[in-house]
Amino acid sequence: MVDYVFDGSFGGLLTAVFESFERKHTQVRLLLQGQTHNAFGEVFNIHPDPVKADRVWKGLQKKTGDVGCKNYYKAFLSEDPVIFQHLMDYALYIFHHGEGHAMNFGNDHVLAIAQMARKVHREKHRMEAFVRFQKSSDGLFFALIYPDYNVLPLIVPHFKNRYADQAWLIYDEKRKYGIHYDLAQVHEVKLGLQSVQDLSPAHTAINIEEKEVLYSSLWRTYFKSTNIVERKNMKLHVQHVPKRYWRYLTEKGDVEE
Amino acid sequence: MERIREKLQILADAAKYDVSCSSSGSSRKNTNKGIGDTGSGICHSYTEDGRCVSLLKILLTNYCIYDCAFCVSRHSNDIKRAAFTVDEVVELTMNFYRRNYIEGLFLSSGIFKNADYTMERMLKIVKKLRLEENYNGYIHLKTIPGASEELVTEAGLYADRMSINLEMPTEAGLKMLAPEKSHEEVKKELAVIRDKSIQYKDEKKLIRSVPKFVPAGQSTQMVVGATPESDQEIMHTADSYYKSFSLKRVYYSGYIPISNDTRMPIIGTQPPLIRENRLYQTDWLMRFYGFNVKEILNDQHPNLDLDIDPKLSWALRNPHFFPVDINQADYQAILRVPGIGVSSAKKIVSARKFGKLHIYQLRKLGIAYNRAQHFIRCADSPFQLNEKEPHRIKGIILQNSQSKYMKSQPNQLSLF
Repeated sequence: MVDYVFDGSFGGLLTAVFESFERKHTQVRLLLQGQTHNAFGEVFNIHPDPVKADRVWKGLQKKTGDVGCKNYYKAFLSEDPVIFQHLMDYALYIFHHGEGHAMNFGNDHVLAIAQMARKVHREKHRMEAFVRFQKSSDGLFFALIYPDYNVLPLIVPHFKNRYADQAWLIYDEKRKYGIHYDLAQVHEVKLGLQSVQDLSPAHTAINIEEKEVLYSSLWRTYFKSTNIVERKNMKLHVQHVPKRYWRYLTEKGDVEE
Repeated sequence: MERIREKLQILADAAKYDVSCSSSGSSRKNTNKGIGDTGSGICHSYTEDGRCVSLLKILLTNYCIYDCAFCVSRHSNDIKRAAFTVDEVVELTMNFYRRNYIEGLFLSSGIFKNADYTMERMLKIVKKLRLEENYNGYIHLKTIPGASEELVTEAGLYADRMSINLEMPTEAGLKMLAPEKSHEEVKKELAVIRDKSIQYKDEKKLIRSVPKFVPAGQSTQMVVGATPESDQEIMHTADSYYKSFSLKRVYYSGYIPISNDTRMPIIGTQPPLIRENRLYQTDWLMRFYGFNVKEILNDQHPNLDLDIDPKLSWALRNPHFFPVDINQADYQAILRVPGIGVSSAKKIVSARKFGKLHIYQLRKLGIAYNRAQHFIRCADSPFQLNEKEPHRIKGIILQNSQSKYMKSQPNQLSLF
């Protein structure tokens, strides 16, 4: 067993796969920088290499197709060390076997990646639903999110296609970066914010537009009025809108009347 | 500002009994860097009753010339009345949409002055959204009964879905509570949209620039439990409308008492939620499981069981159909096994190509094995000398399953 230490990036993961082939290491323990590694055995530091990563990616595309690659990337976005190991082993398994093995759900790695990809996909869909924009005085629509997985890269196309005529910013509070659409392209941005309180005018120069208060409170009014009290079913409500998302949802604030 | 809030309160409250909130089935793309698109539908939130909030669902007005006994906006009801202006609806829709609160607009209305006057106003709103705001989000438009064919057809060029409600499952029930309305009128409007849809689709095959016409199709709704129709009458009506008007959906809305009218359940009566659920299950069996409505509901069996779902109920009445051999039977037969759904049935059919399926594999595939075991045979099913009696199977399943309706005693409910 050999230890590989990588930086947690997707390029780093694919480079690690490449290196394991190059060095004929069939059993690799993949570790993140900072994780304790084997004190006595061999340790390799993986430096992400775009050329090597690209070759592995192309190989995966050939063996597993677009859907297989999408799932591979989605599972990676879980940021889960256990899944990183599965991704490593999965790649080796795929390259050592013929085509079609990406559908062998009897294999632990194949199953683990399929299941995780589904979870990440669900979180992506939730964010497409739960993002709540606020409008700033200079016309920027901004939103804070705190997703379970790193889904920002996955939601870019949806928001870009839908809100093509308004500038927007979606900021992941947990991972401290955001995506910003400037009416032409989407860029990754870092604001250096520490918490939601920091998103005040003093820190970010974002001023809330005057009418924003009106529309957010009208939305809360609507949310309350469209409820049918006689059918109340809080269990179902919480199942669909888990409590951890509530503090980012405009409608879960109090109705000001 | 406070006036708009009051209007929103009144007109959202009045619109909430329309249960459709679907925002899928259309494929309107964002053009020329406008705003919005439609796709597979997104539920942006859920109310405390557990229903999805996908669309801004409002009435244009709750003034109404009709006096339908089951409707909260009926003429004789002493409630606050309000009406939105065209601009107010457009502004609310755009501002909610831009903040990612909603997938689009669901616009219905009470009938003021006459049908055409109301329909014209609604048409103005959808045209303004599409043509002036360059809005490509979802629009569900209710057809006003009695509106002229020209107006309805024009609206279809801007809406994604249109619907008109049957209200009551039978003509007799409707006549009793809403003498001014008739199913004939509903049929007429449904037929207009159906025929135009076919016409536009045919033309689009030849000329690509032909615009979309009601791309997400039509739906309708029936109120359940206000009048004494049997489940058989309800589902046979649904079935015939699905077939005659190629509807995308029929919605069943458990009646929530809103009136002291003695012809209907009194205020405070619990809405028939379990019955509503069973009707939806039947609807699914008809649309996705290859069941004929007559197999589930007929003269011998005019009402659905409340303690067990309609598929299990059918299986217990048809023991000769079972056991189904998972490794041999065709897809349609596997689909009829209680505890096996559409996606499990598909997985079974493709997985068994690689070898005979065993119990542990069936469990892993995600079927409800505890329920299905009484109806199937697979590679390692235990040998049984004789089949269990249906009523014993029912007992075992009820004992071992936790119904979400457990609070209500099953044997009490089955009394009525």
